[in-house]
Amino acid sequence: MNISVQSKQEVPALSFSVRVKSGVKKNWYKFSRNKLSVVGLIIVLIIVFSAIFAPLIVPYPHHAGKFVDYANAGTAPCAEYWFGTDNFGRDIFSRIIFAFRGALYMAALVLAIAVPIGVFLGLIAGYYQGTFLDTVIMRVTDIFLSVPPLLLALAIAAVLKPNLTNAMIAVTVMWWPWYTRLVYGMATSTRNEYFVKASELIGAGRLHIIFREILPNCLSPIFTKMALDVGWVILIGASLSFVGLGEQPPTPALGQMVSDGTRYMPDLWWMTVFPSLAIAVTILGFNLMGDGIRDMMAKGEYDRE
Amino acid sequence: MKLSSYVIKRLLYSIFVLLGLSIVIFIIARVVPGDPARLALGPRAPQFAVDALREEMHLDKSLPVQYFYWIKGVATGDLGKSLITKRNVVEDIAEFLPATLELVLVSALFVIVFSIFFGALAARYKDTWVDSFIRVMAYTGVAVPSFVLAVIFLLLFGYIWPIIPVLGRLSAGIQPPPTITGLITIDSLLTGQLDVFFDALKHLILPALALAVGPLFQEARIVRSAMTENMGKDYLAAAVGFGMPDHVITGKYLLKPSLIPAVSVMGLDIASLMSNAFLVEVIFNWPGISRYGMEAMLRKDLNAISAVIIVFGLIFVLVNILVDLIVAYLDPRIRLGGRSS
Amino acid sequence: MIVNKNDSILNIKDLHVHYRTYDGFAKVLDGVNLWVGKGEKVGLVGEAGCGKTTTMRTVLRILPENAVVPKGEIFYHGEDILKMKPQKLNKVRTQGISMIFQEPAAALNPVFTIGTQMFDVIRYSDSGKGRSKEEIKELAVKAIGEVYIPDPERILNSYPGQLSGGMKQRICIAMAIVTERELLIADEPGTSLDVTILDQVHRLLRGLVEKKGMSLIMITHSLGVAREMTDRIYVMYAGNIVETAETKELFKNPLHPYTLGLLESVPRLTGGGVAEGIYGRIPDYFSPPKGCRFHPRCRLSEEKCREEKPLLKDVGDGHQVACFKVQGVI
Repeated sequence: MNISVQSKQEVPALSFSVRVKSGVKKNWYKFSRNKLSVVGLIIVLIIVFSAIFAPLIVPYPHHAGKFVDYANAGTAPCAEYWFGTDNFGRDIFSRIIFAFRGALYMAALVLAIAVPIGVFLGLIAGYYQGTFLDTVIMRVTDIFLSVPPLLLALAIAAVLKPNLTNAMIAVTVMWWPWYTRLVYGMATSTRNEYFVKASELIGAGRLHIIFREILPNCLSPIFTKMALDVGWVILIGASLSFVGLGEQPPTPALGQMVSDGTRYMPDLWWMTVFPSLAIAVTILGFNLMGDGIRDMMAKGEYDRE
Repeated sequence: MKLSSYVIKRLLYSIFVLLGLSIVIFIIARVVPGDPARLALGPRAPQFAVDALREEMHLDKSLPVQYFYWIKGVATGDLGKSLITKRNVVEDIAEFLPATLELVLVSALFVIVFSIFFGALAARYKDTWVDSFIRVMAYTGVAVPSFVLAVIFLLLFGYIWPIIPVLGRLSAGIQPPPTITGLITIDSLLTGQLDVFFDALKHLILPALALAVGPLFQEARIVRSAMTENMGKDYLAAAVGFGMPDHVITGKYLLKPSLIPAVSVMGLDIASLMSNAFLVEVIFNWPGISRYGMEAMLRKDLNAISAVIIVFGLIFVLVNILVDLIVAYLDPRIRLGGRSS
Repeated sequence: MIVNKNDSILNIKDLHVHYRTYDGFAKVLDGVNLWVGKGEKVGLVGEAGCGKTTTMRTVLRILPENAVVPKGEIFYHGEDILKMKPQKLNKVRTQGISMIFQEPAAALNPVFTIGTQMFDVIRYSDSGKGRSKEEIKELAVKAIGEVYIPDPERILNSYPGQLSGGMKQRICIAMAIVTERELLIADEPGTSLDVTILDQVHRLLRGLVEKKGMSLIMITHSLGVAREMTDRIYVMYAGNIVETAETKELFKNPLHPYTLGLLESVPRLTGGGVAEGIYGRIPDYFSPPKGCRFHPRCRLSEEKCREEKPLLKDVGDGHQVACFKVQGVI
């Protein structure tokens, strides 16, 4: 960034010690150059790990459900209950770890469904650029992108029965158009590249062109976006559960815990503060990791700056 | 000029998008829930009453015909009755929309003013603690969703350090000014009630901040990187070489090209302000359309839900047109669409 | 017109400029000495990346922010530009020296009209102070006329993107001459243009400079252009001036091996095969060769050239060369 255009013209013969690193090692080098990416990765690993092994590692696994212990209700954070207990006497720490399960499950499933749909539509529209098919797909995409995403998800979740599955459906419905638009832009430009024309000339079929020529050239932005989107899906999920349109009690969910906590403010402040922190740290972790993956996927001058 | 044809094209396309959106809303509000008439009357209503309502709502007809009746209603301003308020939904919207508009406008103002300010500051003091601070704030803004921020504000200023009001639009003892625009700040100024104006302003600060902080610092980062990139451009070196004063170089020749990328994503920011308003209004007990919409959603008030989405879709489309126009104004390369250099 | 060195308006002495990068310091300028007399047209010739533009940007103090000047002086009418207070420096920029940039498309701000940019150049120049809007516009229209562009009104309302490359180049020239300046620095104007337009631009530039009695520093990588446009030539290699002489003298009697190489690499219309060129390329500025920076590419280099740096020495009639071989040291 410090090398501006002029100085580049003046210093053409810089010789860099370009050590060509291969595969995993090179990717890790590119990823880890920014230390924050590594921090993000560590956060994400901790969250994923603790979510998977939640029943084994939390002090009170049975608190993540229907459990009442009024004797210990509203205990402030202490050695026994790290993040305190809620109004039913349930351990907040245990519940947060269990809440990660739903959040990650939702993010994984939403992306697993929305991304292939969005990518496929984008590829088709891009390949048949200028045809009726292109127009239909892209106009529908525009329509979905014309409402603030959270609003649409709220509305869909609201008319369905409030539970985790329906929250996921709602988020999926609003998530695919972003991928369609992303892929469409790349597909239309890739489509006109010479290597695509060339394989067309030697008689490659449509499927081959779309999936073997165009798709591989769209992959790195798709993966980058997915990495960043995990955090965003978790955020939308938390927003939905905050207003009661996600996972239903007694199963814990981050947004729902924040919202429950507000009713006991300021006395039981830990009921609100720790789930809030959990949300913030999760989103931050996935964003930092996503930035790292973007650096990793970026082509070219990785040994400068 | 090309600008006018650009605007017309943009407007026509927006109408198309809104029509498409109406179909989506129709599906969400009328098709997905199953039987809207039963939902409206509740599970204990007798079957004949439900049937009567079905006929009245044209639910006995085929879906295209239903859509036709529904969209005719939307076009003529008849969005049906709300289950909650028992009033015509349009009346509800007229009552609740101004509060939300006021909130979103103020937070948008925060975003615009402070993102340029902080962005320019970070660019000017690049690689110093000022720059780092703004970068940290940008990460924080990403990580802390506005509803969490709102809750934290509520905890901080509502209980621990009550120096600023946290609930509602006005303090208890204060009479709202006569409704002219519906925006209390403007109405109170128009009628010359300064005390009301300041009270309203105080109530606006926290919810507006909760909404604005996230987009604000991300925009600032965009402004910063555009500015540092443009600082290395020849045209800036040329302006310096011609001996132009600092304020002209920074405030004019550097600022304008650097604003373009920031304004281009402003549409998305407004979207995030509007959707986050749904949660923030609930938390701050802000009597706006979002809180109304939220209640409608929780109680499956389908007419109200569809009306709220239509209004937001309309606002969002208009905002995006506005953003495109501002970008076109700032960037002649888009406006003239001619030879690119 | 040949001027005595003592009458110089600009005198660069032992200028060093380095660029700070993540890989260390790029030591680009390594003691540049150059002067320009009043009304003189001077050429600065060298291959791409040898530091021509850096030298000239240092004169106006518009280097990129990662540049540092560890050593050297730039005297403008006896005062060191590098040590000037902002006010003084502003005077140099607004009434002393103006510069035409290499890339006209990059030198014009894409989001302002030509008029806006030109009016500001006039408004903040010394002779523009206190002028009314009409007078400023009149000046701009006149300058556009001087670079032979028709319909100045339309041009003033146009954005750079609406003009062709040649027009943009002319506008850049017009902006540099719109108010009075003593010295014009032209950084390879029109390199990106096709040859017929390039030729027009060069003629235009020479005509204007002569008409206004300005001094000119013409940066170019082409000895041919320098021959046509200038009175005196500096040959630059890797941040050093290696030879300077009056134009005629230089072509009659080129001495430095690098100059000879440059002359040899000009393709001849009369045939005789492909030009030979110079072996190798500009050195790595992060660890430049010791001694004479040209020695790795020089056919004549000897032990001393690898150890010690040759300085410019007069070999008669103001013809100066920095080469031990030519100076007769070895």
